[in-house]
Amino acid sequence: MMSFIAHEDVVWFAKSIGLFYLIAMACMACAYAVWPSRKATFERAARSILIHEDTP
Amino acid sequence: MIAQLTLGERRAGLIILVAIALVGLAMAIAGGNGPFGVHGALVLVGAIAGTFWLLGHYLDAPPRAERLREYYDDPSKVGVALAMIWAVAGMGFGVWVAALLAWPEFTLDQEWASFGRIRPIHTTGVIFGFGGNALIATSFYVMQRTCRTRLPDQLGAWFVLLGYNLFCVLATTGYAMGVTQSKEYAEPEWYVDLWLLVVWVTYFIVYLRTLAHRREPHIYVANWYYLAFVLVVAMLHIVNGLAVPVSFGTDKSYPLFSGVQDALTEWWYGHNAVAFFLTSGFLGMMYYFLPVRAGRPIYSYRLSIISFWGITFMYMWVGSHHLHYTALPQWVQTLGMTFSIILLVPSWGSAANALLTLNGAWHKVRDDATLRFMMVAAVFYGLTTFEGSFLAIRSVNSLSHYTDWTVGHVHAGALGWVAMISFGSVYAMVPWIWKRRAMYSPALVEVHFWLALAGTLIYVIAMWNSGIIQGLMWRTYNESGTLAYSFVDSLVAMRPYYIARTVGGLCFFAGAVLGCLNIYLTATRAPASSAGDSAVTADPRPPVGAMQPAE
Repeated sequence: MMSFIAHEDVVWFAKSIGLFYLIAMACMACAYAVWPSRKATFERAARSILIHEDTP
Repeated sequence: MIAQLTLGERRAGLIILVAIALVGLAMAIAGGNGPFGVHGALVLVGAIAGTFWLLGHYLDAPPRAERLREYYDDPSKVGVALAMIWAVAGMGFGVWVAALLAWPEFTLDQEWASFGRIRPIHTTGVIFGFGGNALIATSFYVMQRTCRTRLPDQLGAWFVLLGYNLFCVLATTGYAMGVTQSKEYAEPEWYVDLWLLVVWVTYFIVYLRTLAHRREPHIYVANWYYLAFVLVVAMLHIVNGLAVPVSFGTDKSYPLFSGVQDALTEWWYGHNAVAFFLTSGFLGMMYYFLPVRAGRPIYSYRLSIISFWGITFMYMWVGSHHLHYTALPQWVQTLGMTFSIILLVPSWGSAANALLTLNGAWHKVRDDATLRFMMVAAVFYGLTTFEGSFLAIRSVNSLSHYTDWTVGHVHAGALGWVAMISFGSVYAMVPWIWKRRAMYSPALVEVHFWLALAGTLIYVIAMWNSGIIQGLMWRTYNESGTLAYSFVDSLVAMRPYYIARTVGGLCFFAGAVLGCLNIYLTATRAPASSAGDSAVTADPRPPVGAMQPAE
């Protein structure tokens, strides 16, 4: 049977683009989490669940 | 329950039930006396019973508009009850399976009670029955509170909860009749898989609709974890479930992939079931119930986000560590191993975040068994994820694979982490949703905690010993270069550990039975909380507008 993607193509993709795409995603996630302007939002979010409010 | 549905929802419910009944009828006719026909009859009878029940209340007064000013917790109440029923059933089967290994005559000479059939009943019962219902029940609770909005409608949540339980019943009864795809944690056949797909997509839509109506601009991190659980499980289930049925009148199907491709797809699914069903969803529970119960904000909200993206990116790649030393290309095995090791970072991020949150609240951990359940869960989460990374290393795996060490590892996670965080969250949530001052018996919670901890330790330590001895016996050679022990020799060496494991499982099971009783008594007999006595309710949070402890 004809195969359109050879095993070597997948290996090449995983070892090149795959690697950099994961590094880029990791950088984006870290930047999002540690961005200084989000400090207030995150602190407020962490405290928001501690308030007892049993109606919407 | 029906009285809470609007007239339009009652009509929609009726249409859904009639449609299910028709599908059941078609299955019963096509399947005849075979398992497919039995399942058809089961679906038909269930749908007809539901139809009559709904019709009996069809003309009840429509729900009052005031309901919209309250959260909708009835699906969570039923979800907790179902979770506990599945816990007792699934763990009961677990004790039975464990006993079978020490005393094989316990099959009672019945084919449905053979090891190969009741083992998946145990795993599906505890993972999907207990764990799944606990996740659904708590997620409905958490999504409403953190979004400060009511569920978008009444019917969607009931469809998800009851439909999901129909899936669990079809799956487990199917195994007893010998219906299985023989894929770990994905045993149900094609028609049961298709039903789960419908239910799961509805769950996803209910979640997204609740988020869309939220009054809180930022989505609290617990929702991220719950949503990853819902979304990724859908993805995994669809790809791993791709199969071609022999005909539309039989239960049997064949998977789309074959050979090593099938194995990799299965373990991509299998390990991500661990990751997104047994980890991500329960981390959602932890990030909500632990800070609330401790009365302290999570130690680092930022770390919780980094951990979230860490496990989301990296878990996807680790499945191939289940296939070391197989026909799978070496580099794919190495990839899985490498990601498994890096995964320790976000895993320990969450475990440390939970434990550091308790700094300043350790006196509460000492006094409150509910919070102690959550603390022990975080410890076992850290322990099990470390062990997982370690076992994924190819050379370690050569000793551990196919031995009881794997079983010990899985149960350290399942008993120590998943069940402990579930029991802790359920004990926290039950008095809140039933509006009681506290659990009926805090002493029973305490007894449950110690039974659960003792059971877990006995079980896991027995399996660690057994697994390592087994692995070493299988690789010991004598002077002439042949194996020193036969397989039967290793079985004889295992027997004391198998008995110990049954005892450990029995302790854990007994704790779950007590939990069931305590929750029932709380729902029916515990004194109700009133608006004025918030200081003595089980909810440690101050009312709106009050000062926060750290302010």
